[in-house]
Amino acid sequence: MPNNGQFKRREVAIISVGMTEFGELWDKGLKDLAWEAGVKAVEAAGIGGKDIEYIVFGNMSGGLFVGQEHVAALVADFLGLNSTPATRVEAACASGGAAFLQAYMAVASGMYDIVVAGGVEKMTDVGAGQAASILSGAMDHQWEAYFGATFPAVYALMARRYMHEYGLKADTLAKVAVKNHYHGSLNPLAHFRNRITEEDALTSPIVADPLRRYDCCPVSDGAACAILAPLEVARKYTDTPIIIRAVAQASDTLSLLGREDLCTLRATVKAAGRAFEEAKLSRKDIDILEVHDCFTIAELLALEDLGFCKKGEAEKLYSDGQTYVGGELPVNTDGGLKAGGHAVGATGIKQIVEVTKQLRGEAKNGRQVDGAEVGLAHNVGGTGATAVVTILSRR
Amino acid sequence: MSDSGIPQHWRTMRERYRLLGAHCEKCSTNYFPPRKVCPKCRRRGKTTQIEFSGKGKVFSYTVVNASSKAFEHYLPYIVGLVELDEGPRVLSQIVDCKSDDVRIGMEVEACFRKIFEQEDGGIISYGFKFRPSDDSWAKDYDSNP
Amino acid sequence: MGAIGFGIVGYGVYIPRWRIKIEDIARVWGHDADSYRKGLGVEEKAVPSMDEDTTTIAVEAARNALKRAREAKPGEVGAIYVGSESHPYAVKPTAATVAEAIGLTPNITAADLEFACKAATAGMQACMGLVKGGYMKYGISIGADTAQSAPGDALEYTAAAGGAAYVIGGGDGVIAEIEGTHSYTQDVPDFWRRDGTRFPSHAGRFTGEPAYFEHVINCSRALFDKLGTTAKDYDYAVFHQPNAKFPLKVAKLLGFEEEKVLPGMIVSKVGNTYSGSSLLGLAAILDMAKEGERILMTSYGSGAGSDSFSMTLTDRVEGKRRLSPPVRYYMERREYIDYAMYARYEGLLKA
Repeated sequence: MPNNGQFKRREVAIISVGMTEFGELWDKGLKDLAWEAGVKAVEAAGIGGKDIEYIVFGNMSGGLFVGQEHVAALVADFLGLNSTPATRVEAACASGGAAFLQAYMAVASGMYDIVVAGGVEKMTDVGAGQAASILSGAMDHQWEAYFGATFPAVYALMARRYMHEYGLKADTLAKVAVKNHYHGSLNPLAHFRNRITEEDALTSPIVADPLRRYDCCPVSDGAACAILAPLEVARKYTDTPIIIRAVAQASDTLSLLGREDLCTLRATVKAAGRAFEEAKLSRKDIDILEVHDCFTIAELLALEDLGFCKKGEAEKLYSDGQTYVGGELPVNTDGGLKAGGHAVGATGIKQIVEVTKQLRGEAKNGRQVDGAEVGLAHNVGGTGATAVVTILSRR
Repeated sequence: MSDSGIPQHWRTMRERYRLLGAHCEKCSTNYFPPRKVCPKCRRRGKTTQIEFSGKGKVFSYTVVNASSKAFEHYLPYIVGLVELDEGPRVLSQIVDCKSDDVRIGMEVEACFRKIFEQEDGGIISYGFKFRPSDDSWAKDYDSNP
Repeated sequence: MGAIGFGIVGYGVYIPRWRIKIEDIARVWGHDADSYRKGLGVEEKAVPSMDEDTTTIAVEAARNALKRAREAKPGEVGAIYVGSESHPYAVKPTAATVAEAIGLTPNITAADLEFACKAATAGMQACMGLVKGGYMKYGISIGADTAQSAPGDALEYTAAAGGAAYVIGGGDGVIAEIEGTHSYTQDVPDFWRRDGTRFPSHAGRFTGEPAYFEHVINCSRALFDKLGTTAKDYDYAVFHQPNAKFPLKVAKLLGFEEEKVLPGMIVSKVGNTYSGSSLLGLAAILDMAKEGERILMTSYGSGAGSDSFSMTLTDRVEGKRRLSPPVRYYMERREYIDYAMYARYEGLLKA
C-alpha cells in the first residue's frame, strides 16, 4: 500500500442511524423498507434531503428476489432525492459492509460531506427453495451450487472439518444459538424474540449435518441506514457523533475448493489486521462486537479470525457466559444474524447501527453494554470471499 | 424455462464429465477447476490440461436435508469436499454410501452420474460424483487367477 | 494360437448396486411369489439409483472396457454405438454424451441404436464392418438399459438395469477372435412400446416360440452352417436372458449341455438387463474362460431379430481380464430395497 497504509484523509463520523424491524414483513416491499430506514436516519440527523450528496446502498439480489435491479436509484427516487448520485454495492452477504467502506471513502477523501450508507434486502416474496437457490449465488455457482451444495452445506463442511481438527462439541454450537436468541429477546427489532434452550437447539431438525435449524440464520426482510459526515462538522448534527476509526476489507477464494485451511476465513484475518493497524487499537480495547453469525460455527470462527482468541479455542469463550451482555466480551448484543435476522444486503449496516447505539448508550431492555467506548462490526460475504471489519469509537 | 443457461452448462461440460484440470509446468501445482493462469507463477508459469485419475480422500462432508428445488428429488444426499490424489480439492456428492458411513479420510473414486434434470423437458446435466473406493475385485484376481 | 485376427479387444460391465427381491414385488400386488420364481427362474433384479440412467451405466461400462483395451489410443477409436430401449432422451444421442465422457470426441462416428434387447450386438457388427473395412482401428459398442415395466405386470419381476461395452479391433490385443457372425430378422410384434406411452406392451406367450425361439434357433443354426460347426465345437454358449428358462431351453434345442450355458447365466440374480443381457452373459464367460475355448453368443431383440457370433479366446485374455472388475464383483456388491424405495428410484411416484 502507498505510504505504508497512511493515506491522506479526513476523519469521518456517523451522525445518525436508522433501521427497520427485521423479519417476514409481508406488507413492506423493497422501497418501503429502504424508505423507513432512510427517513429514520435523516430525521435523527436533522438534515434535509438537499444536504445528502451521495447514497451508497448494499443489496445482494434485488433482481432475483423481487425482479428489481438499479436498487440505489430506486431508493434515491423513493426518498425524494432524485438527483443525488446513488450506487448499489454487491458483495453477497457483505454488501452492507462493502457499501459502508465506499461511503467512508467518499467522505474521507473529501469528495463528499454528507453521505448515506445503507442496505436493504427483501427476501420473503419468494419461497424457501427459491431463496436458497438465489443465496447459493454467494458461493461458486459452477463448482459448488451446481453439484447440490447449499449455503448451510458449505458452512457444514467447515463445521465438520473444524470438529475433526479441534474436537468442537455440538453443544458449544447450541450455546451460541442460545446466547443470540437471548439477546434477540431483548431487541424489539429482532426477527426472533423467543428464548431457546440448548436442548431446543440440539434436537432441532438437521439442515446440513452437523448444522441444525437453530444453527442457521433465517431469511429476513429489512433495511438499515447510517449517515456519515466529516468529524469536523459532525457536532452540527449530533451531540454523540461516533468516530469511524477504521474500515478494512479483504478477499479470499470464492469457493472452498481453493482454501488450504477450511477453518480460517483469511479475508477476516486480513481485514481485521488492517483495521486494528489503521485504528491504532488492540483487541483488548474492544468493548462490544457484532460478528457475522450466518451459522453458529461462523461466530466461533469469527472470534478466532478477528484475533480475540487462538484458532481452535473459541469454544472456551462460551463456557462461562463472557460473550453475553454483562460479560467480558459481549458478542452480537442485538441477536446477531441468527436471532436479529439476516436481510442480506442490510446486515452489514445493521451491525454498525447496533454498535453505534451501544457506544451512545442507547441500547434498551437490558441490552446495553456498560461504558462501551469502542466497538467492532464484522461482515462476511459467502463463505468468506469478502470480509469487512469496521472499528468505531465514542471518542 | 427449459432452454435456460444451455451455453453456460455446456462450457463446463468436459471438465465435469472427465475431471479435467490444469497443471502448471513451472511449479507442478494442479488445479481444479482449470485455470488459465497459475496463481503462484502468474506470467512465468505455463498451464496445460490434466485429466485427474478420480481417486481421492474425503476432506470434509455433510448430509444435506434441505436443498434448492433442482435437488429436492434426491434428498437427503451427501455433499463432500474431496481431496484428489493429485492435490486439488473438489466439491461433489458422495454416493453409494450410507450417511453414517462417511468418514473424513475415506478413500473415494469418481463415477459418472446425473447431477440434475431441468424441469419441463429441459436438459439432463451429467458429471462426476464420488463413491467409496473398492479394489477388492483386483485382489480377487490374484487369489483366483 | 497367436492373436493375429480381429475381434474383441476389451470388454467392461456395470450393474447398479440396488436389488429388489421378487417376494417384495409380489407382496404388493398380491401375487404368488413362488410361482413367479419357479416360472421365471429369477430371484431378484438390479435397480438403478435415482441419479443413474442408461447414459451413466454406458459410461461406466465403457470406461471399464477401455481399461482392458489399453492399447487403443483415444484418436484410434473411430466409432461408438449405444444400443438401448431406455435412452434418456427421445431425441439427443446417448452416444455423443458417452463419447464425450470417455474422451473420444471429436473425430468419431456415433449413433444410438434401438432394436429392443439386441441393438448393441448390431452395433458390434457395425464396428466389425468399419474395422475390417480398414476405416478405423477400433470401434466400441455398448448395450445398456434401465428397463421400465408397468407396475403389477409380469415384466416387473425381470425388467432390470445394467450394461456392457465391447471394443472391437485387431492386432496384438485381441482377446476373443470373432470367426463369423450371422443375423436373422423378421417383423414379429411380440413386444413393443408406442411413442408417448410410458410402459411397453407384450403379447404374452406369443413372445416364446414365434419370437425368441424362432430367431435364436434359426440364427444360431445358420451360423453353424456358415462355419461348418455344431454345438459340440463350442465350450460355452450364451443367449439373451429374458428369464432363466428360455436360454436353458434354447440351449437344449441347439444341442448344448447345460454346463456350457450356466457360466453365462446371470438373469436369476440380476434380472433382464435388456440391451445389456447377452453382453453381460458373454462378459461373465470372458471373465473365466481359457485360451483356445470357443463361445457362441446369440442375442435376441423383440420386433424381432437375433445376432449370432462365434469367437475363440486368445492367450491375451488372462492378462487383460484383471484390468477392470468382473461381472461377479457387480453381482456380489448389492443392497436390498423394498417396493416403496423401488417405486421412488424408478420414478413411479411422480404425480
